Amino acid sequence: MTGVASTGTVAELAAALRARKLSSVELTTALLARIEQAQSTLNTFVTIDAEGALEQARAADAVLTRPDEPPPLAGVPIAHKDVIMTAGLPTTCSSRMLANFIAPYDAHVAGGLRTAGTVLVGKTNMDEFAMGSSNETSWFGPVRNPWNRDFVPGGSSGGSAAAVAARLVPAATGTDTGGSIRQPASLSGVCGLKPTYGVCSRYGLVAFASSLDTPGMFARTAEDCGLLLNAMAGHDARDSTSLDRPREDYTRDLELPLEGLRIGMPAEYFGDGIDADVAAAVDQALAQFRKQGATTVPIVLPNVRLSVPVYYVIASAEASSNLSRFDGVRYGHRAKDYTDLADMYSKSRAEGFGAEVKRRILIGTYVLSHGYYDAYYLKAQQVRRLIADDFARAYQQCDVIMGPTAPAPAFRIGDKTDDPVQMYLNDIFTIAGNLTGAPGISIPCGFDRRGLPIGLQIQANYFAEARLLNVAHRYQLDTDWHARVPGGFAP
Amino acid sequence: MALTVADVHRIAQLARIEIDAAAAAQVHGKLLAIFAMINELQAVDTRGIVPMAHAQDVMLPLRDDAVTEIDQHALYQSVAPAVEDGLYLVPRVVE
Repeated sequence: MTGVASTGTVAELAAALRARKLSSVELTTALLARIEQAQSTLNTFVTIDAEGALEQARAADAVLTRPDEPPPLAGVPIAHKDVIMTAGLPTTCSSRMLANFIAPYDAHVAGGLRTAGTVLVGKTNMDEFAMGSSNETSWFGPVRNPWNRDFVPGGSSGGSAAAVAARLVPAATGTDTGGSIRQPASLSGVCGLKPTYGVCSRYGLVAFASSLDTPGMFARTAEDCGLLLNAMAGHDARDSTSLDRPREDYTRDLELPLEGLRIGMPAEYFGDGIDADVAAAVDQALAQFRKQGATTVPIVLPNVRLSVPVYYVIASAEASSNLSRFDGVRYGHRAKDYTDLADMYSKSRAEGFGAEVKRRILIGTYVLSHGYYDAYYLKAQQVRRLIADDFARAYQQCDVIMGPTAPAPAFRIGDKTDDPVQMYLNDIFTIAGNLTGAPGISIPCGFDRRGLPIGLQIQANYFAEARLLNVAHRYQLDTDWHARVPGGFAP
Repeated sequence: MALTVADVHRIAQLARIEIDAAAAAQVHGKLLAIFAMINELQAVDTRGIVPMAHAQDVMLPLRDDAVTEIDQHALYQSVAPAVEDGLYLVPRVVE
């Protein structure tokens, strides 16, 4: 290779490929070697498609040598969370249920990234059916945190977060239903953006909770997140909730100064129960923004404390309905021995789903069952409205809302597996963004005393992705938390 | 509204998930803790609040009433556990 590190950012790699300082085959080969080497320790991938990746890399190199303008991300290797369907490759959702499932078509976001010229190296490990906050519910075993392998990377998109943190790929996709991009980004020390609901199509995502599921991405810089979002966003008639809006360049405002930016500080995000190192790192980040000309405004979000119970009613209800399609008839796991059709369904589902998935299906079935619908499901939808109203009021006083992404840094593998409520409370600051549908990003803002990363969450009103990326980018120009590399994964 | 072990068996049956007594007892304990958290919602006054089903209040779009799907049954059935002559095979339902 000619002096260009294969572990550069998306922007750096795209420029180097374009300038022919590096070929996509060289780059892809180098990253595949890193992925292979890290697999036994981190377990970030479920499927590694070396052959397919090299074939795409060769095609990208051919495009890059032509005189005409290449696609924006030509030759840049990426990975997809294994909930995103990719034609011809396994899409397992890290579940035994789909262990042998080959997707017949591409998800909209996978197609967009393909058109933008990216090279798909493989599919990343995740919590089974995206249900979890630690990546421990995967049928293929837990993903380990590159900063300390005894700790979780966060979840559910833990494989994508850890792969980007360990410099195995410059960027990877994820999905965020209750924090599944932002929380692992925080725990693994990378950037993770959840766009506004409806900006990226859900077509081709294996559905978990349809009114909350949001595709997004991980990268090391806000700029890179914008480059990927440019390729992933856009109207798609195949998803009835995809919004028909004019196309935009999400990187257009990156360099705008932050003079006059009003940052809302919710009292509820800075109270008891926040790890001291997390609180200190977030305070320091806010001081940095003030130095850049921003002001901080105290705000209140009184109903946000209810977002966890609301989420576990709504998400579980939608999951119980969505996951009823897995019956062992058209695709997925079918039990070997059964007496009749009903027995085949219930045995196939009992064997195919893991404990956390079954638990959520049971919660969802219960809250939707006769006599309980009003008390649980309708009630949760009403409180969802109260939470959204809190945010609408807050945005009359501020442009963005900041706070910790998660109340504490990563925890040890196995520490919370027996206590689902404790596990669920990890998402206390991220869930509201799914309930309202507004965008949020987590960016690295420090480390705790054990050397585990800490994330700052920046939220903004609907469709303010370009503003969010601007705020994050300006912070990254003056700090280097995002450029730190976990030990053992140096380029 | 305390959830009983009998409820667990009933909802598992509704959800078509086989569950034995030991597993039902185990999941029952975890569900009680989860519902203790969920039941915090009951204390909230929601009189007159319009339920929020979705992030965006948009109308469902309509497309042209035209055939757009092509026949891909062979592709879709290539991932099925058991097929014959283009049909999905399941255990006999009617004797």
